[in-house]
Amino acid sequence: MIKSNFMEVSFKALSINEGFARICVAGFCLQLNPSIDELGDIKTAVSEAVTNCVVHAYPKRNGIINLRCEIEGDSVKIIIKDNGVGIKDIEKAREPFFTTKPDEERSGMGFSVMESFMDKVDVEKNEQGGTTVTMYKQISNEALQVGNA
Amino acid sequence: MHIKNRLYNGTLYVILCGELDENSASYARVTLDDVFSGGNFKQIIIDLSELEFMDSTGIGVLIGRYKKMKIKKIPIFICNPSRQAEKIFKMTGLYDIMPKIV
Repeated sequence: MIKSNFMEVSFKALSINEGFARICVAGFCLQLNPSIDELGDIKTAVSEAVTNCVVHAYPKRNGIINLRCEIEGDSVKIIIKDNGVGIKDIEKAREPFFTTKPDEERSGMGFSVMESFMDKVDVEKNEQGGTTVTMYKQISNEALQVGNA
Repeated sequence: MHIKNRLYNGTLYVILCGELDENSASYARVTLDDVFSGGNFKQIIIDLSELEFMDSTGIGVLIGRYKKMKIKKIPIFICNPSRQAEKIFKMTGLYDIMPKIV
């Protein structure tokens, strides 16, 4: 039977919520029996996307992040949306080591990590402002099925 | 997160524990700078075996510390990274400046 499911949650753009976002998505993805490595990859990519919202989207730290996770068969789609200041040049922002805050010890590797840890990453400007990052990953289903209900 | 450290035979061993992300980065920077300000060691080994999570924010923290220790000519080595941390280190070339030791 093809699984189809989704969850959606909104939270304040605070760094303390990064761990919540990671655990939230990881917990939801458990129904696909991902490997520990796949779960680690997803958590890392989610953390990068949420960090971007916290650090860049809302300079005044009073914004909302919307996180949606969809499951279709063995595929996971994660959508992370903010209504913040937006990214001036998305192509430039996706380049490795590019950062708009070189004085803050930032690596500029956020999007590169997302791309490396997920199968596909789309970054779009929202019409009403802000950015939507959509990430896709196919779960291999190679993890042990022990205890699967 | 929290950070443990131990000085042994001229080597400062630092164990990063918990999760290193944007939320804990300030604590990590301040604590590591404090620990590294003591002078009785010739090298630093950062052990990641108890680090449960790290994203690219951790790279910024580590490179910042590397720059400070480079002035003092004290090398930093990394050991026991998770698979995800290892992938990020290789992508960013971190091992070129902070080599991995087994």
